[in-house]
Amino acid sequence: MNISEKILAIASGKDHVKPGEIIEAKVDMAMVNEITGPLAIQTFKRIGLKKVWDNQRIVLVLDHQVPADSVKSAELHKIMRKFAKEQNIPFLYDIGDGGICHQIMVERGHVRPGELIVGADSHTCTYGALGAFATGIGSTEMAAVFATGKLWLKVPSTIRIHVTGGFREFVTPKDLILYIIGKIKSDGAIYKAVEFTGPTVSNMSVSGRLTLCNMAVEMGAKTGIMEPDEKALQYLKVRTNKPFRVVRSDPDAKYERTLEFNVDELEPVVACPHSVDNVKPVKEVEGIEIDQAFLGSCTNGRLEDLELAAKILKGRHVKKGVRMLITPASSEIYLQALQRGLLEIFIKSGAYVCNPTCGACFGGHMGLLAAGEVCVSSSNRNFVGRMGSPEAEIYLASPATVAASAVEGKITDPRRFLEER
Amino acid sequence: MKMRISGKAVIFGDHVNTDVIIPSKYLTSLDPNELAKHAMEGIDPKFPEKAKAGVIIVAGRNFGCGSSREQAPIALKYAGTKCIIAESFARIFYRNAINIGLPVLEATGVSGKIEEGDMLTVILNEGKILNETKNEIIEANRLPDFILEIIRDGGLIEHLIKIMRGDRG
Repeated sequence: MNISEKILAIASGKDHVKPGEIIEAKVDMAMVNEITGPLAIQTFKRIGLKKVWDNQRIVLVLDHQVPADSVKSAELHKIMRKFAKEQNIPFLYDIGDGGICHQIMVERGHVRPGELIVGADSHTCTYGALGAFATGIGSTEMAAVFATGKLWLKVPSTIRIHVTGGFREFVTPKDLILYIIGKIKSDGAIYKAVEFTGPTVSNMSVSGRLTLCNMAVEMGAKTGIMEPDEKALQYLKVRTNKPFRVVRSDPDAKYERTLEFNVDELEPVVACPHSVDNVKPVKEVEGIEIDQAFLGSCTNGRLEDLELAAKILKGRHVKKGVRMLITPASSEIYLQALQRGLLEIFIKSGAYVCNPTCGACFGGHMGLLAAGEVCVSSSNRNFVGRMGSPEAEIYLASPATVAASAVEGKITDPRRFLEER
Repeated sequence: MKMRISGKAVIFGDHVNTDVIIPSKYLTSLDPNELAKHAMEGIDPKFPEKAKAGVIIVAGRNFGCGSSREQAPIALKYAGTKCIIAESFARIFYRNAINIGLPVLEATGVSGKIEEGDMLTVILNEGKILNETKNEIIEANRLPDFILEIIRDGGLIEHLIKIMRGDRG
């Protein structure tokens, strides 16, 4: 069996499972945010049970519209806090004590290898970077999980993505995953698991691995996953003291197919409006004028991403007429960025540093676009209307491309800043 | 929920995502009827008007891709959508629809066989679609029995309550 099949076998109490089989699986951790949580809570109450199945296995995060941007949002936040209190759930990450749910899940040690994790958010697949099988579900299903701790799953077949080669400077895991989605297309991995393997993945930081797995859903996948190695275990060491079982794919594991990618020659790429699989080399769209540059989100709001952008922004200024928004993915990252002097670089460059939130990426608040505006963004979706007006355009790119474009005021290959040094 | 559903077809293309089904700005509402007023606003603002009489959505590939927001199938259901037929669905949307008791059916090649306004009858437990306007039968992927049972009970929660009462029908 491969890693996904093994985890699902463990979760369903079986020795063996195979693709296509429908199982009833026990959930290790369940996460909701304030957009999906209140509906799950309301639905859970309809079931009529007094207590959730296990208050130590539920994580509640306020992240999409924080701090509350409207009375309606404030009401949703209140429902979350009240539920945490009623159910005695210790893991409520409130404003100032958290950040974007997926970053919180990994950073605060709620993700462990070998676990089955469900989250009421599509980017839950991010946690596969630490060797968990993690997948997004909706609010009603989450209500049933709150009640029973179980859900039905169809064991997916797996596409293996084997990556070799070394990244050139200013070419990042984000460029790789966009390139892959451009090849596989947005429904190319529908209902399937995607397992990332190969030396490039082994050499990648945990941060980069999280970016890869995060965007697996953008090709329709049920999850993105990789085997936990020393680097992953090291990352976990300081974050969790709960026991876990490291699960790896068998040498004779079966895959629906294996796709090979080599990054030696990979160039910076962008996903052009209005679909994530509309991927082109940055060079082909260079010169398109932008109104906004956004650096943040569960895809690219980590310290490594901010450091990369700072390399370009240091001693330079965001182009007049362009606004750059920077949202660290969590309070921990915000503090690290502060301690390392990154925030000073950003503020001096004219970038606007926002609090940790999903706001701009999902078009909720803090950085919406007007009709006709163009945004280059390190986030994960460029659908019509995603970041505000349906007449705005979003180009998805790496943190380096976002920073370079902010300085130039137009979409720019970040490698131009290499030549200047 | 009945296993036989009738309504006029409303046609959509490939990759209809949850951001256009229900834009983010409306997600602060928990009222299904309020959500319904904005169903498909990002792609067809006239949809709620069209859907009032009770319609069957017929779409292409990857219907409902994007976010996990259950507000998407809720908005469609309360706007008057009785069933969604597509070439394929994004998996979270697919599960969400079933869980709120909105039947979804996969049928290969369906988008070329049905036109806007065709009168359809879907027979869920047989996995068949009757295009009454064109007098044609279209084969769909029949849903597994346990999913049909969830739909018959009106959704996952109703199904769960029934099981917890020890009443397996």
